[in-house]
Amino acid sequence: MSVLRAGDLSVRFRPRALTVGAACLAVAAALAVVAIGSGDFPLTPAQVVEILLGGGAPSDAFIVKELRLPRVVTGLAVGAALGLGGAVFQSLVRNPLGSPDILGFTQGASSGVLVTIVVFGGGGAAVAFGAIGGGIVTGLVIMALTGRHGLHGQRLILIGIGIAAILTGVNGYLLTQAQIIDAARAFLWLAGSLNGRGWSDVVPLLIALALIVPFLVLAAARPMRMLEMGDDAAQGLGIGVERVRMGVLVAAVLAIALAAAAAGPVNFVALVAPQLARRLTRAPGPNLVPSMLMGAALLMAADLIGQRAFAGTQLPVGVVTGLIGGGYLVWLLVTERKSGRI
Amino acid sequence: MTDARLSGEKLTLAYDKRTIAQNLTVAIPDGSFTVIVGPNACGKSTLLRALSRVLTPKDGAVLLDGERISAWPAKRLARTLGLLPQSSIAPDGITVTDLVARGRYPHQGLLRQWSREDERVVAESMDATGVGALADRYVDELSGGQRQRVWIAMALAQQTPILLLDEPTTFLDIAHQIEVLDLCADLHEQGRTVVAVLHDLNHAARYATHLVALHDGRLVAEGAPGDVVTAELVESVFGMPCRVIDDPETGTPLVVPAARRKAVA
Repeated sequence: MSVLRAGDLSVRFRPRALTVGAACLAVAAALAVVAIGSGDFPLTPAQVVEILLGGGAPSDAFIVKELRLPRVVTGLAVGAALGLGGAVFQSLVRNPLGSPDILGFTQGASSGVLVTIVVFGGGGAAVAFGAIGGGIVTGLVIMALTGRHGLHGQRLILIGIGIAAILTGVNGYLLTQAQIIDAARAFLWLAGSLNGRGWSDVVPLLIALALIVPFLVLAAARPMRMLEMGDDAAQGLGIGVERVRMGVLVAAVLAIALAAAAAGPVNFVALVAPQLARRLTRAPGPNLVPSMLMGAALLMAADLIGQRAFAGTQLPVGVVTGLIGGGYLVWLLVTERKSGRI
Repeated sequence: MTDARLSGEKLTLAYDKRTIAQNLTVAIPDGSFTVIVGPNACGKSTLLRALSRVLTPKDGAVLLDGERISAWPAKRLARTLGLLPQSSIAPDGITVTDLVARGRYPHQGLLRQWSREDERVVAESMDATGVGALADRYVDELSGGQRQRVWIAMALAQQTPILLLDEPTTFLDIAHQIEVLDLCADLHEQGRTVVAVLHDLNHAARYATHLVALHDGRLVAEGAPGDVVTAELVESVFGMPCRVIDDPETGTPLVVPAARRKAVA
């Protein structure tokens, strides 16, 4: 660890974590530029950068800024929110399987969105509120079921897996009840896609991230690190355990739910990004910023694969992350089983 | 009675509906090495958890410097009273130095993350507990005895005048138990008030300056080990007939369980 000191002030950081974060950011930015440049009307990376910096031909600028940029910004923001939310959950649960898509929070947000679309015929901001509502209700149900055993450990994971299964059923039922037009919209959303995303889809998420990221990174990261040693140890060090846990949980649920509202349920990014980030930084603790940037890079990569890899068809990003992440989950379950954690 | 910064007044302690102790009043004499003893499930760990504010009493109050402990700001409390819980989790891939450094949390802030004072205290704490040579090792690869000393170093880095230890010798072999207890005795001699929950009555009698004996959540005896540990008390609390003799090493009471059958010749 390195220290920067100025008078009485001191800041501590890990150079390696900084390098990993910068590398993820660079990869995410490069993928974003490539994504903006690709399509029926290709642009070179140099042209894309020039336009983003305010230059270029007006017609090209229209394509970049109005048509393709919103999609890419949505992808970056959704990936970042999932990486961040996943890191918070895995840290709180103290288990790599404690990811929001395994615990049912992603499915809960989906239920909220489906209720909004199918029952109320809502869209736009209503969808965002639906997702938040679904995420929070899921959290309350899980808390009621875990009771005083608290939000960690195997018990929570098992309850979460059950909730996720039930909610998947609920979501299927909601679809059967939909009018045909609503059902089509719901299906499009459920695939987890960045197709046709506009600014209105991503603005709620961007606003939320602008509030959540400083809160988590500046105020909550150090207490979260203490919480990883157990509730009693954290309390002994002066952490208001319940207060910290509720605060970061609400922030993480907001991030996950709004990511789902913007792009549909994109699975496995929240599970994988924090673990990849941790492997690279080799640092204990929640690794919030590296996880967030890793999430953004992963989602952009998955979206590019979905658009480019299969000639003639474009796969929604959620399908790509599902295919790749599912394999990762199997591997993770096997290794966790071996180390005796599940 | 001597002064006591830390005390519990008429405590009712319970988990959900299971009451562990009722109307329990106990004072921790300043500068003592107080050991809480008693049979399994007598409430000794529960009492320690209440004294450290981890468990909120159903009734009664824990007082620190005459103030209800629940009213203390969390970080200020953590600078006064340190706790070594029974089970703590060492995060994956953490080094000894990094774990000990976490004990400095109550002294730090967003813009005061690692002062020279922090650095000095962490090095001192590791030296005092004999883990200085392990500084860059990963905690997962240490032996049980080494790991326990690392956790004690973390509690020490908190620099609190009062230190509470919940069964610090569990899971250790006899040599490591004595090592940890000697370390606790050193910390006490340096001027700290040390409170520990111990299973082994003979260890308690040898190291404590003040004993608190609990049975079924009630205080049955307290005072100097020489006064508290008698054959009658051990039999009434633990239900075990025994003889109490002088420890040939220290002269403190030594409990020798009565034999039910003669030794095999």
